[in-house]
Amino acid sequence: MDAAQALADLTEISSQVVNVVIASATGEVLATTIDDEGRAGRFTNLLLELVNESDAARKERGLETMTQLEAATLDGSIFVVRRDDVLVGATTRPDPTVGLVFYDLKHCIRAIVEPDAAPAASRRRKAADATA
Amino acid sequence: MPPRRIFTGMLLTAGSLAGSVLYRRRAARLRERVDLYAEDGSMVSIGEEMPEADRLLGIARELLAMTR
Repeated sequence: MDAAQALADLTEISSQVVNVVIASATGEVLATTIDDEGRAGRFTNLLLELVNESDAARKERGLETMTQLEAATLDGSIFVVRRDDVLVGATTRPDPTVGLVFYDLKHCIRAIVEPDAAPAASRRRKAADATA
Repeated sequence: MPPRRIFTGMLLTAGSLAGSVLYRRRAARLRERVDLYAEDGSMVSIGEEMPEADRLLGIARELLAMTR
């Protein structure tokens, strides 16, 4: 599945994410909900900075390879999930359902790096989200 | 002491305890922090009191402000 389709599926199934960027590890924007191209680029660069700084903190603590993070502030949260050379970053409102957001982002990234993965999972997730 | 008063007292105490637990849980959830998850499922939480938190939370706030 291409990144644009994965993004469309993500925004359809997840009621928690506000803005999303799907990017390569080098900072190339593959798909995003941010309309303005310049702003999307700046957002992605800052997102990579957050990932790099978090990676440094992770190394200091001897933690294994970081795959995902949540930065929670009183204004909202930033979620990042990365796999292979792709990362998905999303903003949410304050106090999100962390497990559901990670589930959705992981599903989204899986659809990109494993295009043959079962699409039926998104339908099951949608039903679960409606009852959350 | 009449049984009704004892019952009311117990009810008030239980209600206060439950309210306190709920309040604490919510306050803990709303604490500013960065949670890092590793491939093996382990997690490290960087709270406001830690030295790296300022920088990481500063970037997070900037990202949120950028999309508002």
